[in-house]
Amino acid sequence: MMHHKLKSLVLVAFLIASMLPIYWMLNMSLKTNEEIVGVLSLWPQHLTFANYHTIFTDPSWYSGYINSMIYVALNMVLSVTVALPAAYAFSRYNFVGDKHLFFWLLTNRMTPPAVFLVPFFQLYSTVGLMDTHLAVALAHMVFNVPLAVWILEGFMSGVPKEIDETAYIDGYSFPRFFIQIFLPMIKSGVGVTAFFCFMFSWVELLLARTLTSVNAKPIAATMTRTVSAAGMDWGVLAAAGVLTIVPGALVIWFVRHYIAKGFAMGRV
Amino acid sequence: MKTDNNRAWFLILPVLLCVAFSAILPLMTVVNYSVQDILSPTQKVFVGTEWFRMVMLDGDLHSALLRQLLFSGSVLAIQIPLGILIALCMPADGWKASLALVLIALPLLIPWNVVGTIWQIFGRGDIGLMGYTLNSLGINYNYNGNSLDAWLTVMVMDIWHWTPLVALLCYAGLRAIPDAYYQAARIDGASRLAVFRYIQLPKLRNVLMIAVLLRFMDSFMIYTEPFVLTGGGPGNATTFLSQYLTQKAVGQFDLGPASAFSLIYFLIILLFCFVLYTWMQRVGTGDQK
Amino acid sequence: MARIELVELAHAYKPNPSAPTDYALRPMSMSWQDGGAYALLGPSGCGKTTLLNIISGLVKPSHGKVLFDGKDVTQLPTEARNIAQVFQFPVIYDTMTVHDNLAFPLRNRGWKEAEVKKRVQQVAQMLELSGDLKMRASGLSVDAKQKISLGRGLVRPDVAAVLFDEPLTVIDPHLKWLLRRKLKEIHHELKLSLIYVTHDQVEALTFADQVVVMTQGEVVQTGSAQALFEAPEHTFVGYFIGNPGMNLLECTVEDGQARVAGQLLALSEPARAALAGAQGKITLGVRPEFVECVSADQAGADTLAATVLAVRNMGTHYLAEFQLGGVTVAAKLRAIDAAAGDSVRLRFPPERTLYYLNDKRVA
Repeated sequence: MMHHKLKSLVLVAFLIASMLPIYWMLNMSLKTNEEIVGVLSLWPQHLTFANYHTIFTDPSWYSGYINSMIYVALNMVLSVTVALPAAYAFSRYNFVGDKHLFFWLLTNRMTPPAVFLVPFFQLYSTVGLMDTHLAVALAHMVFNVPLAVWILEGFMSGVPKEIDETAYIDGYSFPRFFIQIFLPMIKSGVGVTAFFCFMFSWVELLLARTLTSVNAKPIAATMTRTVSAAGMDWGVLAAAGVLTIVPGALVIWFVRHYIAKGFAMGRV
Repeated sequence: MKTDNNRAWFLILPVLLCVAFSAILPLMTVVNYSVQDILSPTQKVFVGTEWFRMVMLDGDLHSALLRQLLFSGSVLAIQIPLGILIALCMPADGWKASLALVLIALPLLIPWNVVGTIWQIFGRGDIGLMGYTLNSLGINYNYNGNSLDAWLTVMVMDIWHWTPLVALLCYAGLRAIPDAYYQAARIDGASRLAVFRYIQLPKLRNVLMIAVLLRFMDSFMIYTEPFVLTGGGPGNATTFLSQYLTQKAVGQFDLGPASAFSLIYFLIILLFCFVLYTWMQRVGTGDQK
Repeated sequence: MARIELVELAHAYKPNPSAPTDYALRPMSMSWQDGGAYALLGPSGCGKTTLLNIISGLVKPSHGKVLFDGKDVTQLPTEARNIAQVFQFPVIYDTMTVHDNLAFPLRNRGWKEAEVKKRVQQVAQMLELSGDLKMRASGLSVDAKQKISLGRGLVRPDVAAVLFDEPLTVIDPHLKWLLRRKLKEIHHELKLSLIYVTHDQVEALTFADQVVVMTQGEVVQTGSAQALFEAPEHTFVGYFIGNPGMNLLECTVEDGQARVAGQLLALSEPARAALAGAQGKITLGVRPEFVECVSADQAGADTLAATVLAVRNMGTHYLAEFQLGGVTVAAKLRAIDAAAGDSVRLRFPPERTLYYLNDKRVA
């Protein structure tokens, strides 16, 4: 089919345009600062891994990655754990105020993070959670939990109620039924949810930076201080940037089968 | 069918506790501040709706709001059709589909400040490919000094960043269409355009609604990426609502007016989303008459 | 209206199929009369949908030819074949009215509006959809939507055959028979060839003049409902048709008699001749409807000893299950004296007892 070729052409053109800025950063990360500011080249004339070396050996750099990964993982686990029973309730039961509650949950997703800046700062200082991974994880739950409940509810509604009833007749207790029977049926839903929680937590910067200073500082905050006496450390900055893409690329590679299937089975 | 059971509240409790802690308490603080003049940590004076009035009349706010609307409208107008187009061009299965999925989704997984940094570098005339190329083609491109250039760069950055979300959602929606529809269309002798118009587009309705809602909300709340790229400039050419708010709250430390604006900000988004959601529901239920 | 011929037709997934399992559809040739109603009957995965799609042109076969009225259409795309296909679930254009749905195939072929309108109303009347023409198609009930799907196929006057892929799957049971009756009416009126794929034998046997029974990619028998019932050519046909299906008992031949479940049973002359020197798996088949149950004292060379397992009163008959050696035999009886646990003798009428060698009928 002729339009088959056209489709491939458009797709490839888009992918090239899309990857170009990322490639450029990768390109820069493999050059020395002198080469970067000296001559503009499409690939490194003098390939160097020094920038990456700096990041892997300098604690002030790599601790940023570790911090980010800790609070993102924490957030994923908390968000999904908390959202699962709630989604089940929304999917299976009518109860007083359920529609209003659902809507209220969604409104949290609609609140600009900037609104929370100062209040969060004060709140978390007051409870002594300032500069902890837990603080960022909790803060991010405000946006991730509504999304998690929404997505999971969609998947759960796709599982017929008869399965629940059969399990109770067979003598399963609720926790056993939930873990042994129900969860495996919505596996891809949990995968999609975890993916989105990861995504939104990993990329969010404003709150993560506000709530941390030293101990739990995310990599994004570290990246803003690459100006030294010798000028902007472009190479290291670029390397740091490239490294922030790696976890995301890995995650999406692992869930690639579930993305299309998961979206399709869920709310869409 | 759902059953009535108020004990479901126990299942909701964890969510309630976590979200309430992080959402209701701060919001209460915001409401609190919005009606008070904070002269010092110990001196607070109740001023009622004064801040609200002040904020609504603030010229800076109006400009920021207009800029925000222009921005959100423009990027949405490009992202949605572009996303649909990309989704239509993606292969249905096989290793090519997996590869395309991963590559397309990549911009979505980059921390937002890095997104800003990437484009900051990319657009520079000295070390950035785009800036260098544009300048060598004779186009005088400078996103730091020229307002139009700054706008275009911010828009291109946002389109680069978020079109993949629309594309992924539409891709999933397209995969959900059973083959039988395409087969029936072939038997009916439908043209390619007719297939898109009468089968694909209607079946993408739900997905598109989600995409438009999400994109509108997020673009209206955008902060980090333009802040890193242009800092809101030149001047305040690219200062959108979130940055305006942050400037007021943190920069000028005007907590009262900032809080008042926060509430207004939130309500604007809520209103838009409610209208959008209801409208699309009505279009949907129109089918069910 | 078309005579459909399949010549050495086969479909394999791999380019050089060697074993039978490489085929989705094993080599077969068949010819279908103009205007006949045929059913393709078989369990899931037997290849019936593949066969249907090959006839409609949605799938190109790896081997063989499809002929419509003698013309080779194997390489022709679906839209050039003058066929219509109705799927398992209603396929309609949600955003269009019923009228526009039915008009769509005609408009695509460049018909004038006046002609389109006339034809649409004709078809709508036939399908009892006239009152709904102005309504949005997506708002109708499922069975109405299936009628629209069918209507889109019937609206083209040059349609030669209508192919159905389990079209009543999503229809409520109490509406199924209404739609089936409507299909028969249309068949009668328009005299189209109808090919109907289903896994439900009741549907197939009531709908079609000829039923094609398939299993695992192979066509095992084609015939009328009666032929399939009384003279199944393959053990699968015996087992699949009938409720419950035919009793199939493995046996061996000894000195001109059959050894079944450890007991000896007399063979009729034709059977003895057919099975003489036979190598391979021999199966005895007898339908529950023909099994007779006699008391233990009426032993004979053509009876076998068995124990009653269970007797159920089904209203119009009794369904009895017997233990015969290591196998269970079912029987539908008008009356039965015995109860569970009793010893009885079962008689298999020779004229109703069929023998299969390697699943194919020999006697």
